[in-house]
Amino acid sequence: MGVNNTSEIPADFPGKVIPGGNGANILVTSLDDIINWGRANSLWSLYFGTSCCAIEMMQTGAARHDYSRFGFEVARPSPRQADLIIIAGTIVNKMAPVLRRLYDQMAEPKYVIAMGACAISGGPFYYNSYSVVKGADHVIPVDVYVPGCPPRPEALLEGMLMLQAKIKTESMNNKVFPIDGFDEGL
Amino acid sequence: MTNEALQNLISSWIPDPIAIELEFTEEKSQFLNITVQPEQLHQLMTQLKSNPDTNFDYLFCLTGMDWGKELGVVYHLESTTHRHQIVVKVKTEDRENPTLDTVCKIWYTAEFHEREVFDFFGIKFNNHPNLKRLFLTEEWDGFPLRKDYVDEINMVIK
Amino acid sequence: MDTTITNNFKSEEYQINMGPQHPATHGVLRLLLTIDGEIIKRVEPDLGYIHRSIEKMCERDSYQQIVHLTDRMDYLSSHINNEAVCLTVENALQLEIPERVKVIRTIIAELTRIASHTLWWGVMGMDVGALTTYFYGFRDREMINDIFEETCGARLTMNYNIPGGLMFDIHPNFVKRTKEFIAHFKTKLPEYDLLLSNNIIFRKRMEGIGILTKEDAISFGASGPVGRASGYSCDVRKHHSYSAYDKVTFNEILKTEGDTYARYQVRILEMWESLSIIEQLIDNIPEGEFFAKTNTVIKLPEGEYYQKVETARGELGVYIVSTGTKNPYRMKFRSPGFSNLSLLNHIAVGGKIGDLVATMATLDLVIPDIDR
Repeated sequence: MGVNNTSEIPADFPGKVIPGGNGANILVTSLDDIINWGRANSLWSLYFGTSCCAIEMMQTGAARHDYSRFGFEVARPSPRQADLIIIAGTIVNKMAPVLRRLYDQMAEPKYVIAMGACAISGGPFYYNSYSVVKGADHVIPVDVYVPGCPPRPEALLEGMLMLQAKIKTESMNNKVFPIDGFDEGL
Repeated sequence: MTNEALQNLISSWIPDPIAIELEFTEEKSQFLNITVQPEQLHQLMTQLKSNPDTNFDYLFCLTGMDWGKELGVVYHLESTTHRHQIVVKVKTEDRENPTLDTVCKIWYTAEFHEREVFDFFGIKFNNHPNLKRLFLTEEWDGFPLRKDYVDEINMVIK
Repeated sequence: MDTTITNNFKSEEYQINMGPQHPATHGVLRLLLTIDGEIIKRVEPDLGYIHRSIEKMCERDSYQQIVHLTDRMDYLSSHINNEAVCLTVENALQLEIPERVKVIRTIIAELTRIASHTLWWGVMGMDVGALTTYFYGFRDREMINDIFEETCGARLTMNYNIPGGLMFDIHPNFVKRTKEFIAHFKTKLPEYDLLLSNNIIFRKRMEGIGILTKEDAISFGASGPVGRASGYSCDVRKHHSYSAYDKVTFNEILKTEGDTYARYQVRILEMWESLSIIEQLIDNIPEGEFFAKTNTVIKLPEGEYYQKVETARGELGVYIVSTGTKNPYRMKFRSPGFSNLSLLNHIAVGGKIGDLVATMATLDLVIPDIDR
């Protein structure tokens, strides 16, 4: 009403400005809160581990550091029943189309965590290798990057919690699918 | 059996030492090395396995090699009864279309190893049951482990 | 039932794909199965989904950098892989390694073997349907990971070996914690037998399938527990001893049946033998240096060098061809999983798909080891 809510945004600001509360009314924001709470606390991941980071992912699921207390209850073998891929391991030229097909088979909303140095940027296999894809984000859009070689189970849990925090900022108003425009390089 | 005894035994199998050339050397390696021509490879390998004094029944390493001008294969053999080891090398000068005889009827493990050598060096093996690429995709161009392999797109050389 | 009706159903073979992403293939392995109903007629593996061109990378790396790459090949016995490359380089340079280094390397190698076998046991149970074993196996593996983390600095890819010795000396708590672990694990191994080995469903599922004879094992190059379950005595620690293995007494476990249950039993009994090796060495670690001096830039003399070690999966061979420069001219790793995989077609034909899953679990394949 009389309050000017728009703050001064500098002209060369590189990011996207999201207004507080996603610029929506009370009905939509409460509905958003409930939906985001449900989505964030029951992410089921897909069995996808290619190399050594898969062992640390299995350790995170075992009894000492348990990821099912945060809601990641079971790991589904089929991509049609999963909503999170944790890319644990190196992606190679021969495996990249398979990864893309698995991602396409998942239903929206879907999220991706890149675990380990190999999935982030090619890792120890960056130089002198003719068959390693230098980062899984050349193939599918990634939400959270967890560094390490391999990252400790606690580090992976921190990455998963960060993803939950990211999901809680979503809104029905500005729904964005990260795969749109990905192939064209945006 | 010691290396000298092996060398004497294997030399005694050749009827005509000038026509069939076998080179024995022991320098720069811990085993006895035999270099053989590609035409006599299969016969020598069959004899090494079936002769009860040598009885080399375990092929533990099959390596493809690019020596700069020649391509070839190095076989490491061991006997499970006498526990002696030997190395057999075979070379070919042809880089366009290198062909060698297969040994996968003698030792079954060679089937997969020879597919790997074909994949990385391009050496074809006669009478191999299933010679296709093993690790790389079917459409891959070139043979990566050769010394003159250049890949501008994928490799970041350091 | 009228047989004329059933004879009209002609069955034919078709191919299905056990794809790269599959919970039971232990990594990214694609199997093309040609089946007739449920009976398997042919299994063809399709490899290369984790081929990271390690051998080509080694031609441009120095020897200390190569040790770091070998960790990632067979990551469950990473210390033993490092030991293989370090032993090859040390034998080529003819370095004299202190006794302390040899004994510590042997103790950590046996701990790695136990860690690998407990993980194998946990995942094996999960493959045939017993999910509880996963948690039991990983619980014990966590204790070993704690010991490694305190001494070596990392849990999985340890890089504790360098050509010439060890990177740093062992932590003061190492001996105490290892002894506690041995005492704890000796009460847990009988629990493994109670849970799985004597279970009637498990035995009926595993006995009599995937039979491998001794001649086939030698011809296919099978090594490790796979070969020993068929009666083929192939333990590298006995026949070509290295490090401190000639100072300890241990048995080589051999079984003659060659079926899946024999391979399972060999690994469980090997864990007992590893415990006894550690017990013989842990109290008598000799004093001394923990490394031998080498140059910063290692150049091997011209020639060819080969070294075999016994990893948890079988016999690993490292073959270096050097022309005198600081990088190897050609480096080849003879991996145990590669030869063990080549016999899958031979032993799985004629069985059912469920038998194939159980057989593959006992072959204990780690796919990055095969693809390098």
